[in-house]
Amino acid sequence: MQGRLPILVFAAVMAAIPFIPGIPPFWIVLLDNIGLAALVAMGLVLLTGVGGLTSFGQAAFVGFGAYTTAVLSTAYGVSPWLTLPLSLLVSGLFAVLLGLITVRLSGHYLPLGTIAWGLGLFYLFSKLEFLGRNDGISAIPPLSIGSLKMLSPGSIYYAIWIAVIVSALLTINLLDSRTGRAIRALRRGHIAAEAFGVHTPRAKLLVFIHAAVLAGLSGWLYAHLQRAVNPTPFGAHMGIEYLFIAVVGGAGYVWGGVLGAAIVVILKEALQSYLPLILPGSGQVETIVFGIMLVALLQFAPGGLWPWLMSFFPERTGGKKPDTSLKLEHRARAAAESGVLLQVEKARKQFGGVVAVNNVSFDVQAREIVALIGPNGAGKSTTFNLITGVLSATSGSISVLGKKVDNAPPQEIVKLGISRTFQHVKLVPDMTVLENVAIGAHLRGHSGPVASMLRLDRADEARLLAEAARQIERVGLTEQMHQLAGSLSLGQQRIVEIARALCVDPMLLLLDEPAAGLRHMEKQRLATLLRDLRDGGMSVLLVEHDMSFVMNLADRIVVLDFGTKIAEGTPATIKTNPEVIKAYLGVAA
Amino acid sequence: MNTTIMLFLVQDGITNGAIYALLGLALVLVFAVTRVILIPQGEFVTYGALTYASLAAGQMPGTAKLALALGIGAFAFDLFEARKALHGRLIVRGLITNIALPAIVLALTLYFAAQKPPVAICIALSLVIVAMIGLYIYRIAFQPLAHTSVLVLLIASVGVHLALQGLGLLFFGAEGQRGPALLSGAFTAGALRFTGQSITVYAITIAFIVGLWLFFGLTLYGKALRATAVNRLGARLAGIRTTLSGQIAFLLASVIGALSGILIVPITTLYYDSGFLIGLKGFVAAIIGGLVSYPLTAVAALVVGIVEAFSSFYASNYKEVIVFMLLIPVLLLRSLAAPAVEEEKD
Repeated sequence: MQGRLPILVFAAVMAAIPFIPGIPPFWIVLLDNIGLAALVAMGLVLLTGVGGLTSFGQAAFVGFGAYTTAVLSTAYGVSPWLTLPLSLLVSGLFAVLLGLITVRLSGHYLPLGTIAWGLGLFYLFSKLEFLGRNDGISAIPPLSIGSLKMLSPGSIYYAIWIAVIVSALLTINLLDSRTGRAIRALRRGHIAAEAFGVHTPRAKLLVFIHAAVLAGLSGWLYAHLQRAVNPTPFGAHMGIEYLFIAVVGGAGYVWGGVLGAAIVVILKEALQSYLPLILPGSGQVETIVFGIMLVALLQFAPGGLWPWLMSFFPERTGGKKPDTSLKLEHRARAAAESGVLLQVEKARKQFGGVVAVNNVSFDVQAREIVALIGPNGAGKSTTFNLITGVLSATSGSISVLGKKVDNAPPQEIVKLGISRTFQHVKLVPDMTVLENVAIGAHLRGHSGPVASMLRLDRADEARLLAEAARQIERVGLTEQMHQLAGSLSLGQQRIVEIARALCVDPMLLLLDEPAAGLRHMEKQRLATLLRDLRDGGMSVLLVEHDMSFVMNLADRIVVLDFGTKIAEGTPATIKTNPEVIKAYLGVAA
Repeated sequence: MNTTIMLFLVQDGITNGAIYALLGLALVLVFAVTRVILIPQGEFVTYGALTYASLAAGQMPGTAKLALALGIGAFAFDLFEARKALHGRLIVRGLITNIALPAIVLALTLYFAAQKPPVAICIALSLVIVAMIGLYIYRIAFQPLAHTSVLVLLIASVGVHLALQGLGLLFFGAEGQRGPALLSGAFTAGALRFTGQSITVYAITIAFIVGLWLFFGLTLYGKALRATAVNRLGARLAGIRTTLSGQIAFLLASVIGALSGILIVPITTLYYDSGFLIGLKGFVAAIIGGLVSYPLTAVAALVVGIVEAFSSFYASNYKEVIVFMLLIPVLLLRSLAAPAVEEEKD
């Protein structure tokens, strides 16, 4: 949600630079190179900084873009403008191929995998006959519009920077959308996002393709700027350098990519031309300085330079409150005014030899608040995870409205109208409360990534944000709507999670210790809210340790101990049940 | 193909594979203890190899000076970190390990380099020099980042690799070098010829695998290192000095790296940048071993060596492509086999 004015100013300045009288042509060459690197870095920002997927292999995608146009425009005489979509397509297709394999890699395997294919592809480029082996391909035709041939660095300058600014705008638009929120949630682990219907592998693949297409665009421009390609600029070291650029600029920020590119390209140039004067040696001194600076940067400014630069500007306070008069359609749901909503039958979960949940059966009726209580380690959260599809049951069955759903993935469970909160808060700390809550409405929006980039999603987006704002108002956090979720107290974060779960428009709400960390007044307000929800037709299943809260609120209580159900009944009967007292207090010796 | 060629390729593969196994073990060790994916491992290899070769040729290796420079850096980092609670003993200890030690080694190197020392002295000096470099690099580059994510450590690791590789070019120049064999002589068994060098390679690899296995399984220090890997905070609460664990890991890794370099430099010509590729092949093995298992890593390294030998025979152009692409299906299997665990990043 950045203002458009700074971007316009930036575009105007970039457009004016070549007209400055007496500007050395070499500076234009540098600016061209900055633009090319910025395109790749921008993709990495989305991939690494925002999506949390580190790639050392982006240089290979630049290679795909460059070689596609090189081969087609030299060997087959295809016009460079026609090869543009093909270059992007080839990069994109390889991204799909490599992405399908790579994005499923977890943790540190992913960056290692990218190093592996980055190296492998580099050797492939340098060995394939039709790509000209190590010599590459030369005599690539220049870009031309009518009779204007972009032969000089000054004439292709505009093509490069238009590409950079348009790509930045599209990327920023993408991040500020339904799909963008799903992408931004990726870095914080997949469980929370999946609980609201985000298909995380698909979202990862999407950013992977986006980054690859940007790299391919950079490669296409590179081929027509240099008018020759060879494997060197697409090797592993360039892949590392692109990542360095993103880290220097600030891996979480689109403009950080551009800033990083400017700094690194200029610095590299300066190092190459001045270092030999200070330290005469056999070259490569700049790599040494480069490496040392990379380590120093991580130690002293791990967030990159963009956030540091931005801290000098006055922070824009607050955002616009969404227009809450816009209505979001309710989810299509089966009528459930009465009867059994959720039926858990002999559910069992074993972790190796440990039986966390031992043949537990209970149900939740429509318009009912059921509490699941029990000492620590009783299997309450595991039961929640079985119901919501995070874990699959070893045996037994779980049905919703009479339909068996055991072992359905979380994305399917939420579609049935079951939403949840987490015992350990799973919000995206660097997103606002409003944006976090809007993730809850993910399945109720329908705009895809392309529509988001082109801003065709605004009507849909406004309705989603309106719904999110309404739920925030409902839980009483309107004041905090535009604050970052990470800046709230833990108690408030739990309430934000409830608002997010409400955005699903659920029929059954699963709350894992909602009252933990709340003050007395806040607990009372929460209890009132939950009663209102029940009276409005929703059912609630909650895990809670605060007994007075549970006893005053729940219609029915299920007690677990060591994974086994030991009692079930109204609060009054549970209070006097000897089994329950024994579980909580032990027996007198 | 005939059996002789096949046997020959297998033998070649096993010799290379043994080196990759050593490197793979070091990578697993460092990762398990510090969570650093040690890209500069390859530089330890080249530093070890070229320091040894330079000394044997009667030249002064620049690495000895680097060790002193890094030692001064490490000393400065120590002082800065302890600036609020400086005391004499700490300063003296720092002076001895970080400055006096590399200074003495530098003096010895200067003395011996002038007179073409015997192989044993070359080996000893090379190992000590590279070991110190590894130790100080941990202190300077990684210890301040010890609390960060695997990813940040990985990027830092790449930075260190770039710096060391650039320095390698400064020290050793762009020409390749070879060193004298550790054990001359050879014998033949059937069609195969075993050189003393290859026997040494096998023996040292096996000794290290067994040694590491015993160290981690049986000794208190080994267990402390493993505990640090699992949970830094927990290990510290139990009284384990986590920085010491990191130092030990880097010390071992740099010694193993240097040793691998010394083992191969009599067989192959090494250049200042050869280490990167060699190290990466150790990686392929380490990753197949899941970055945790020593025996699996060793077996995988042999497979990598053999695959490399065969592909250099049949499709020498695509040798590297094949070796690195081997990693992709392995990674895929690894992450499919691993349960989807929720990761709390940052």
